[in-house]
Amino acid sequence: MSTVTTEELSETTLLRFATAGSVDDGKSTLVGRLLHDSKSVLTDQLEAVERASASRGQEAPDLALLTDGLRAEREQGITIDVAYRYFATPLRRFILADTPGHVQYTRNMVTGASTAELTVILVDARNGVVEQTRRHAALAALLRVPHVVLAVNKMDLVDYEEKVFAGIAEEFTAYATELGVPEVTAIPISALVGDNVVEPSANMDWYGGPTVLEHLETVPVSHDLSHCHARLPVQYVIRPRSAEHPDYRGYAGQIAAGSFHVGEEVTVLPSGRTSKVAGIDLLGEPVDVAWTTQSVTLLLEDDIDISRGDLIVPSKDAPATTQDIEATVCHVADAPLTVNHRVLLKHGTRTVKAIVKDIPSRLTLDDLSLHPHPGQLVANDIGRVKIRTAEPLPVDSYSDSRRTGSFILIDPNDGQTLTAGMVGESFASPEPVKDEAEDDGWDF
Amino acid sequence: MTTTVATVSEGTDSPYALSHLDALESEAVHIFREVAGEFERPVILFSGGKDSIVMLHLALKAFRPASVPFSLLHVDTGHNFPEVLDYRDRTVAEHGLRLHVASVQDYIDRGVLKERPDGTRNPLQTLPLTEKIQAEKFDAVFGGGRRDEEKARAKERVFSLRDEFSQWDPRRQRPELWNLYNGRHAPGEHVRVFPLSNWTELDVWQYIAREGIELPQIYYAHEREVFKRAGMWLTAGEWGGPKDGETVEKRLVRYRTVGDMSCTGAVDSEADTIEKVIVEIAASRLTERGATRADDKMSEAAMEDRKREGYF
Repeated sequence: MSTVTTEELSETTLLRFATAGSVDDGKSTLVGRLLHDSKSVLTDQLEAVERASASRGQEAPDLALLTDGLRAEREQGITIDVAYRYFATPLRRFILADTPGHVQYTRNMVTGASTAELTVILVDARNGVVEQTRRHAALAALLRVPHVVLAVNKMDLVDYEEKVFAGIAEEFTAYATELGVPEVTAIPISALVGDNVVEPSANMDWYGGPTVLEHLETVPVSHDLSHCHARLPVQYVIRPRSAEHPDYRGYAGQIAAGSFHVGEEVTVLPSGRTSKVAGIDLLGEPVDVAWTTQSVTLLLEDDIDISRGDLIVPSKDAPATTQDIEATVCHVADAPLTVNHRVLLKHGTRTVKAIVKDIPSRLTLDDLSLHPHPGQLVANDIGRVKIRTAEPLPVDSYSDSRRTGSFILIDPNDGQTLTAGMVGESFASPEPVKDEAEDDGWDF
Repeated sequence: MTTTVATVSEGTDSPYALSHLDALESEAVHIFREVAGEFERPVILFSGGKDSIVMLHLALKAFRPASVPFSLLHVDTGHNFPEVLDYRDRTVAEHGLRLHVASVQDYIDRGVLKERPDGTRNPLQTLPLTEKIQAEKFDAVFGGGRRDEEKARAKERVFSLRDEFSQWDPRRQRPELWNLYNGRHAPGEHVRVFPLSNWTELDVWQYIAREGIELPQIYYAHEREVFKRAGMWLTAGEWGGPKDGETVEKRLVRYRTVGDMSCTGAVDSEADTIEKVIVEIAASRLTERGATRADDKMSEAAMEDRKREGYF
């Protein structure tokens, strides 16, 4: 029984994170242990797992069963899709995108990582950095996930040896840094036994860093907004036309990046008309400043023509509009994406007609080799595309803004989501390794 | 234990980090506004349960000071708690909303649906719901489902495509990337939309407390005549209980979920205020469906099967 404290009841922050790795790496066991050891598994769920484990002849409850969802998956012993898990500690609420390791692997990891602020990549300490690890690192880099955790699992099977861990951590960190991953935190764990997952390990005195959960609880979830371009995609125009509010005209949207303040000069794209922020309505409460990811309603000084799909930006920091987009994409549909494919492109709140003009290359994630002019991309392929849109779009580079630098392609005939796109260069240029003074002595 | 609910977060985060409730609220409002912008005839499934009440509260905030551009739909099993019906009607009147009702009793009276031997009417809701959606040409249907409720729900999308029979095909669901929701659908199809996907039961209660949202009184501890069936306290009433051998007793109980009276169980509780309810939820070692829903106990895949057939 847990004791309830005020902390458990107060408002905390939210961290969205994803896990990458296969069943063989112990991913399901790690997730099960995070849920179990943080006391997020409730009695009836645990009993169900115990019953299922016993019926399969297993002695101990198989924590991996906590994360199996559909009957189809349980019967086949696979996971076919991203599953979302929820748990909380007194310090933070977590949303975990649990992505399967086998079928549709790339599609699912891209989906999970698109909203994640952190990715946990698992490796088996006995195998070290393998092809799959490099694939996971490349995807985290492509999706610009700000924080990466390398969990070196099964340390119990390598006698908890420091040099095994240090070698793997060094090799991985070098590779990830080269891909532009801004931050890697390596943690030696045993998910099965519980070392360094929630509780610090008694078997690895040489490790002085945080456990996985401690790191998840303390990693920053917000950024310095002064470096972000402010962007508000208009979702809906609020016009009550009531006796009380005859002239109210507000532009509703979720701030995609940066912050807006009352009095700021703004430009509406793609029209280019300008005005000033007369007021900001934060779900019924007037405020002077609002920032990402708040849902707000902006009131402007001038009565200009604005509708759903427009983008409101500070006049001093407006992106160029373009009909020609170059992007890195991950194809997620079963049918292929081909040159001259006519599609719909959804960017922010605007959906426009578009045509795939060229597919200059396909990227192999294992070794980052480029295959020129593949002609098409099939499900789970990553590639570069050139797209021409029917109308100009105010796109940002994905490296500057994950929300206004991303888009999806939709099949105009059957409505399926075809492709996930990220505007601009695939990988960030590597930055010099920063001096991580607060990192408790772990420098590689 | 304490009953104080603190509202200020302490931690290492910058002042720009939203609290978890603010982040969840903003996400849900974004979802409501996307639907308002992209669909012709959206409707909110409104049962008078706490999740649908929170949904309506969020929708009201999303479009303020304008009115909510959606109507409400109640699938009426005919086994309603009177307190909940009363709450529904007061809410509709207060906000000037339009209410549609799909009645299970009508279908039984017309002989289209047959009463089940166990008296449970939850599985009977699917047909009236589907036919109402088709008849009214609703193209987006908001549901209060949360991914933390049940295993099959954990894989549900925020925008969940349903065919003309309302069927859910887990293999046909679209990947959802960033916050770019794809609501394209063919005529006759519709999209179920779940704005509370990422909320947990505790989040919902914390939000109800923070926003001062009124709930039907049955969510708080009260004395009630109940009898025990399948490990749950069910309310005695016209719907069919108790049977021979089941004895009625008066107990202090409250409901954690509100559904059909025939299969929604009460839990023993002394929590008669929102603060006490939150303390109880935080300390609870059972999921709300495990504790109070007979329909989910039928089989390990009960929810998966009902979702495929078009259930909420």
